[in-house]
Amino acid sequence: MTNYNILIAGFGGQGIQFAGKLLTYIGMYTGLEVSLYPSYGPEMRGGTSNCGVNISDAPIASPLVVSPTELIVMNAPSLEKFEQATVAGGKIFYDSTFISETAGREDVTYFGIPVTKIAEENGIAKLANVIMCGKFLKETGLCDIETAAPIIKKLVPAKKPELYDLNMKALEMGFGL
Amino acid sequence: MAEKILMKGNEALAEAAIRAGCRCFFGYPITPQTQVAEYMAKKLPKIGGVYLQSESEVSAINMVMGAVSTGARAMTSSSSPGISLKAEGISYIAGCDLPAVIVNMQRGGPGLGGIQPAQSDYYQATKGLAHGDFHLIVLAPCGVQEIVDLMGKAFDLADQYRMPVMILGDGMLGQMMEPITLPEPKEEDRSAKTWATSGTKGERKHNIVNSLYIQPDELERLVRERYERYAQIERDEVMCEEYMVDDADIVIAAYGASARIAKNAIAAARAEGIKVGLLRPITLWPFPKATFAKAAETAKAFLTVEMSMGQMVDDVKLAIECKRPVHFFGRTGGVVPTPAEILAEIKKIHGGDR
Amino acid sequence: MAIVYKRPESLCDVDTHYCPGCTHGIVHRLVAEVIDELGIVGKTIGVAPVGCSVFAYNYFECDMIQAAHGRAPAVATGAKRANPDSVVFTYQGDGDLAAIGTAETVHAATRGENITIIFINNAIYGMTSGQMAPTTLPEQVTTTTPYGRDPKLAGYPIRMCEMLSTLSGTAYCERVSVDNVPNIMNAKKAIKKAFEKQLAGKGFSLVEVLSTCPTNWGMQPQEALEWLRANMMPYYPLGVYADRDDVFGA
Repeated sequence: MTNYNILIAGFGGQGIQFAGKLLTYIGMYTGLEVSLYPSYGPEMRGGTSNCGVNISDAPIASPLVVSPTELIVMNAPSLEKFEQATVAGGKIFYDSTFISETAGREDVTYFGIPVTKIAEENGIAKLANVIMCGKFLKETGLCDIETAAPIIKKLVPAKKPELYDLNMKALEMGFGL
Repeated sequence: MAEKILMKGNEALAEAAIRAGCRCFFGYPITPQTQVAEYMAKKLPKIGGVYLQSESEVSAINMVMGAVSTGARAMTSSSSPGISLKAEGISYIAGCDLPAVIVNMQRGGPGLGGIQPAQSDYYQATKGLAHGDFHLIVLAPCGVQEIVDLMGKAFDLADQYRMPVMILGDGMLGQMMEPITLPEPKEEDRSAKTWATSGTKGERKHNIVNSLYIQPDELERLVRERYERYAQIERDEVMCEEYMVDDADIVIAAYGASARIAKNAIAAARAEGIKVGLLRPITLWPFPKATFAKAAETAKAFLTVEMSMGQMVDDVKLAIECKRPVHFFGRTGGVVPTPAEILAEIKKIHGGDR
Repeated sequence: MAIVYKRPESLCDVDTHYCPGCTHGIVHRLVAEVIDELGIVGKTIGVAPVGCSVFAYNYFECDMIQAAHGRAPAVATGAKRANPDSVVFTYQGDGDLAAIGTAETVHAATRGENITIIFINNAIYGMTSGQMAPTTLPEQVTTTTPYGRDPKLAGYPIRMCEMLSTLSGTAYCERVSVDNVPNIMNAKKAIKKAFEKQLAGKGFSLVEVLSTCPTNWGMQPQEALEWLRANMMPYYPLGVYADRDDVFGA
């Protein structure tokens, strides 16, 4: 049974909503049921941003992600907020550029990757989120890079084809970590 | 079948309206439904339609009234505080027997309230939106695909019964994205609307769109005629989803986003051996009374789950004629109930604590 | 035998409910004559207000919509936008247009909405029997200003033509009166010009008509006309306040 309840959180501007959309598209185009529920309101204007993504082989009931099976956090306040809500046996992906400490839960697996630092070093500063998505694909087995490639193509605006290469570079980079 | 595409509830709603032949949108920005207006502003001018940002909600609904008076398919969209402002115009639309579609993506209230999802406009939509004896048909989708399906239905019902139809959603449904398939686009057809005030062309006596009847007898007669139509709608247009009700000891009554969340709680309860089902009214007016009455023959108790202080509870009690206890669980003000909270309520009822 | 005077085709052959001496009847006739002369009755949509002229929908031969109080310009906007080839006019009193419907009026004007408004200013609320209107003059006695309108308490009367003329969307805006024959002829000219502006797609047009309300002013019709000349005209000067052909560019 496939069932991902993914919560993605970070600062506004870190590409949280795009990461949510990317994983949702991957779920949809690999034939699974999906839902994406973004946070909305004043937090979008410079504050924190989050979204819940459900990917399942069964119809999605609640679009809310209260207890994530996978948590992706790009800043420390988000980890603090959602770390304990993550289910036992869950996976927590965090950007170790900004997060130095976790609660050290024994019943979840942590993946601390300095994705922002890596993105900056590789000249794709805005794509730390996509690097993290690559790592997510690798660790969850949601899909491989070959499957993801045509989906990324659909996500990238037709007017900006160069973004496809950059996103693929970031995704592959994350997948290889 | 058309390929599935991923769309936000608000945008899917707008696209579905266009495909239903709606070419006129009048609105005013308010969170969490503004993307409806933005989508319309982008699309309508390119297909010869009318998008107009009005100076107020009051004007928006009156612009809708002007457009639909001439036979056009027209709509407006807002969220709770904006709907209060549209109330006057909706009463006139009902009193003039005009078809119109009004969307309410509810947020927390009263007053300016909040911007997060709520269902606290149930009374307003189903009982007393504005002055006078009248109803709106109220459709409550629970997901993006159903928003699309009900949008076309809303325009058809409005035309068929010549009355306002409301899509009652909430911030969650408006903001969430789900894969959908869209229907084939339909052309707008004004030809059947012989009552419309689109100009006599010198071919007929003038048409009058009016809600003023100074003689009480005449007004009463017209209101009664309208109520005959309402009775027909109550017979023919009721929609309700029945989910795992047959063997259920406890039946949850919930609509829209709350029903989605309740389904998670039902799965969890059944995993623990508690037989729970769901009745999800899709038409809030007319309320699916018969479906509830039937469920009351087998269920032991009902639990109404809402994002409000319990505005649908009375309708459930009336529908089952108080034959079973009707419990309530709700969060309000923009707080969304969690499956765990609902499960806890189910257990309380099951264990006899309530 | 030559016909020198007859009911305009666009005016329904019914009795109106207006009081003796009321000038609504004159203005209705002028509007109907203009619609006849322009040959547009088949494509005209009229919007009636709330107030004394609420029953206007029974008096014009064109299609008619009855709007909520003050909302006629919004209803007219919807009708016009959905039917760009039609001619849409509203017929509103001072309470409807300049109090409860000020926002609708101002925004229809500033949008350059291609509609025509006939605005009846008689400085009082007629339908509800003589209360203060937004255009009631200082010191004027009404049932809700029983000691005379005191601007310190009730504010000043609003001059709509002057205000609307400042908006870029106003293509035509004139204040006229129907207190004597020359003024009636001039009022008709203004109404015709307003409709012509609309037909040419020039933008928003409004004609304000200074009118009498003998019943609620508590005067004989002749006295009322004299009172209008002596009191209203100085405060509300007649004239053209805006006449633009370039609202949407040359």
